[in-house]
This record gives sequence, structure tokens and C-alpha cells, in this order.
Amino acid sequence: MTPATQPGQPEPANAGGDILRCEHIAKNYGAVTALTDVNLRLERGEVLGLIGDNGAGKSTLLKILCGFQPPSSGRIFLEGREVALKSVDHARSLGIDAVYQDLALVNQLTVFQNMFLNREKVRWPLVRNGAMRKEAREHLDEMGVQIPSVNSPVAMLSGGQRQAVAVARSVFSNPKILLLDEPLAAMGVKEGAIILDLITRLKHEGNVSIIIIAHNYAQVLEVCDRVNMIQGGKITLDKRADETSADELTEMVVAEYRRALEERQRSA
Amino acid sequence: MSDTAQQTAGKAGAPQPWQTGQGGVGGVLMRVLRVLGRQREATVFVIAVALFAYFWIDQGSSFFSKSNQVLLWSDFTTPIIIIALGEVFLLICGEIDLSVGFVVGFAPFFMHYLTDFYGVPGLLAIFCALLLGLAVGWVNGFFTVTIGVPSFITTLGTGFILMGLIDTTSHDQPAAVPEDVLGIGKWINNYAWAPIIWAVILTAIFHVVLTRTRWGLHTVSVGGNLLGAREAGIGVGRIKYGNFMVTGLLGAFVGLQQMYYTNNIAPTAGSYQYMFYAVTAAVIGGTAMLGGVGTIIGAFFGAVVLGILLDGFPLIGVSADPLYIIFGGAILVSMVANVQLARLRERGQR
Repeated sequence: MTPATQPGQPEPANAGGDILRCEHIAKNYGAVTALTDVNLRLERGEVLGLIGDNGAGKSTLLKILCGFQPPSSGRIFLEGREVALKSVDHARSLGIDAVYQDLALVNQLTVFQNMFLNREKVRWPLVRNGAMRKEAREHLDEMGVQIPSVNSPVAMLSGGQRQAVAVARSVFSNPKILLLDEPLAAMGVKEGAIILDLITRLKHEGNVSIIIIAHNYAQVLEVCDRVNMIQGGKITLDKRADETSADELTEMVVAEYRRALEERQRSA
Repeated sequence: MSDTAQQTAGKAGAPQPWQTGQGGVGGVLMRVLRVLGRQREATVFVIAVALFAYFWIDQGSSFFSKSNQVLLWSDFTTPIIIIALGEVFLLICGEIDLSVGFVVGFAPFFMHYLTDFYGVPGLLAIFCALLLGLAVGWVNGFFTVTIGVPSFITTLGTGFILMGLIDTTSHDQPAAVPEDVLGIGKWINNYAWAPIIWAVILTAIFHVVLTRTRWGLHTVSVGGNLLGAREAGIGVGRIKYGNFMVTGLLGAFVGLQQMYYTNNIAPTAGSYQYMFYAVTAAVIGGTAMLGGVGTIIGAFFGAVVLGILLDGFPLIGVSADPLYIIFGGAILVSMVANVQLARLRERGQR
């Protein structure tokens, strides 16, 4: 394995055009260690694929980066300045937004109500349904997202449409950094294409830097500029997407599994 | 869910097989069902109107007389409506308050102790009684949200504590309404129709809060997708605390209303009966016990249905003993009707 940069070593301060940098991030849940030592950087305008097997710590890292939970130790730099992300709202106010695996959509609410969830347009004390409906429709059209109506309850949309609405919602507030957790999970090829097109479109616009978490390597490589692999709570690979392949990434995960198996057999 | 959303969803799309006009009785029936199906609240509204019409036709003036109508609306229906408003919000965000009936009972006693034993001015004592409702709600929120005890258990506990407090401090004896607070009663309850007017105004306000404010949308979100609401940055705890406190406040308000209405402070006022009626009204009106779904208007008409049954059955000669059998049956029948219509409605929307 010949990583392009030395994984495990933090970059010098203010390296290149990094919009986000993590140094020595660790996270324990009681006795369970989810992340041991994560060093990661995200360049401005870049799409970074964060891959790894189930339980490697991908989602934990994402939840730290979006302010949902604090790290046990380590430092996060946003545009060169150290930040302590106190909450999802705080991270959002700094320009970091996330689309979670479970999408955080409320089935009982309509598309436009979900698009404006917790950032509703208000003419106190009432929410401005008309204005929100109009803006949601325009925004979805602009992004090329096809849904029956912004008045439909989200429960009536397909998986791809729901994901598209969730992504469109995150882009709504013009974030600097967008974190996508398994945006293609449980989705057919056609549905997945909707999302990949959406990400490609965002990449070309160039206003937002994106981290995509995924375990379908082929699809990730299609849209990513760079990939980081996370194994056992650490980044073990950092390469440009055109310098690696789905086979190499798969092989790394399988090798890790074999090593663990051998260790178990040896100790038994 | 917002009304407009349902309407639009109902109108949009190609006509469903059962929606296309077939002639004859079946066609008419389907059209009626379609109209009913469009609004979750419509079913229970029709049941309320039908029951009202039945008792009016059957009993004539003894049902429709002013004195009986006041009894029906201000005595039977109003407390159920007002408490149901709070319960709907709690049920939507996935909680329940079993203790609110005892807030109804304790709030007037608390006010009575403050004025008669501690010389607190009447208006201030009323204010404190309302604060007591908020405080009980806060305690319910604390144990449920902060400590993590399921609200069913929390409020079972606080309910018993309040029941014990009422019985212990009152020695099971009723008390007279303190003279100091009689004047304020004009604003709350002296006029015969005052309670139901309060109930209607509060219903309108709570309906708007549920469907047109951030608080209402966030309440639906918390019940519909708790984790999702948290991830969207919604203060889940704040919403639950708030809804418990509002329910407690409504309970205290109903307690004061009942005090003025009966001109008496009774240790038996409120209790579990009020709470169960209110939850029943909410559920009949289309509020799901699973969270995320509910309507204020539905709960209002659900309470009206219960009020009409409570008022009407004794008029047609059904004594208090078998009343509850019929009452329970009526609840089941209206629930089944509601569930079936909800299925039809869903089919029509897809």
C-alpha cells in the first residue's frame, strides 16, 4: 500500500485550501472505542469519499463533524480556525450541514414542511406556508429533483425521491460543507443515479465541499475527487480517486477481515 | 398534518377506481365517503351531528332546552375539550399525561389554601393555581425527558401523589369558594355559556398552533421521527417539557372553571375520569396513540360526542349503571368507523 499522503500524520497548519481539518479525533462510548485517531482534511470544493466496512466508525465521525456529538478528544479546524461544535444548530450556523442515513425526514409532514424543518419562514407567530411552498418548489426545480408535489406527505415518496429531498434540503441554506451519510443506501440503480447526478451538479457549481460516506465503492469513485478509508477507527488510506480502484478498496477491507480471522484462530 | 396538504393530496392524481362516479346507491355512498374521507375530522363531526340530531328528535325540548344545552356544553363537554387540547399535543409528540385530572382537583384547593390560610390576594392566588399546573407539567417533563421514565409511569406516579395531596390536605371535605376570588369568576365562568366559549376559543388557538406555528410542526416532528427531529436540531426536550406544562396549565384552568361552575371546591373534581374522557376524545377524533398524527378539531368533536352521550343517555332513561357499557360500545363503534374511513382515505390518496 502506498498512500499518497501519510495517513495518521496531521497536515501542517493551514495546508493548501483545506476548508475542514481534523486532528487526532477519538471517540469512546464507555468502554467501546469507535474512533481511535482520525486525521482528515477536506479541500475547498472537493468531494471526499469516506469508505470503510460496517462498524469502522464512519457514521461516528460524521456525527462529530456535524455537531451531533462531541469527540472524546482531538481538534477540528474550520477554514484554519479551531472550532468546538456544540450542537447541530451551531455546526449549521458555521456552514456544516449533514444528510443522515435515516434522512431525518418526518413522514407526517409535507415535502415543503420537511425542506424547512427547524428553519421555517415565520411571520410571528405563524409560519409562512405560501412562501415556503413557493421557495421549496423553485429550489427543487433548480436542482432537477422530480417529485409529484411539494404538498405531498413525504411518506408518499419513493426512496430516491426522499433522499433527493433530504439532500436538496441540506443545500438549501448554502452550506460550505455537506456531509452525506450513505446517500445511496438501499437504492436501485435508477434511484441512485438521481442522487449521483445531484452530487455531480453540486460539484460543478463548486460552492460546497462534500464528504460522502458509502460502502458501495464503485459508485463513490464515480463522483469523488479523493477517497479516505477508515478501518478500526483510523484513516488507513488517502488517495485520489483516479489513483485507486474499487478492487483495491475491496481488497483492503477483505485483507483486514482475514487478518482479524487469523488472529482469532491463532489465539484459539 | 396540514389540512391543505390533505386536501391537495386528495384532489391530486388520477381518479381512483372507487372515486369514479358509479350510479345508484353505491355511487352516492362512495361520494359521501369520499367527502368524509378527505378530512380526518369529518368522520367524528358527522357522528357528533347524528347523535345530536337523534337526541333532539327523540327527546325534543327536554334535550334542546337551554338548561340542558348549558349542561351538555358547559358542564359535560367543556372540561373534556380543554384537557383534550393538551393531551392531543402530548399524544402527537409521543407522550401522555395521566395526572392532569388531579391537577384539575388540586388547583382550586391550592388557591383556597393560599387565600384563606395565608392571606394571599385573590388574583395572585388564581395566578399561583395556574402556576401550579405549569409546575406539575414541569415535574412530569423532568421525570420523562430528563430522567427517562416513560410518561405513562411518570404521570401515573404524579397523579397518585396529587390525589393523595388533595385527600390529605382537604381531609376529604369540600370547601367553599373564597370570597376574595368570586369577582374574578365573572371572567372565567359566571355566564352560563362562558365555559364552552372559552373551550371554542382555546380550540381555535390550539388548532392554529398545531398547524401553523413552528411549535406545532416541531411537535409533529418529535412524534413522527424523534431521531430525525433531533438531527434537524429541534429541541426535542423543550417541546416535550412545553407540552407537559401546557397540559398542566389547562388542567389548572379547568379546575378553576369547575370551581366556579359548581360554586364549590370538591376533592372529587377531575380525577382519572376527566383524563380518560380527554384521551378518548383525542383518539376518537383521529389522534394516533403512536405519535406524529393528531388533530385538534377532531378532538373537539370527539369531546362533543362524549358530551352528548353523557348528557343524552340519562334523558332516554338509561341509568348511570349501564351507561358505561353503552359508552364503551359507542367508543368502540366510533373508533372502528374512524379506522375504516382512514383506510379508505389512504387508498384514495395513493
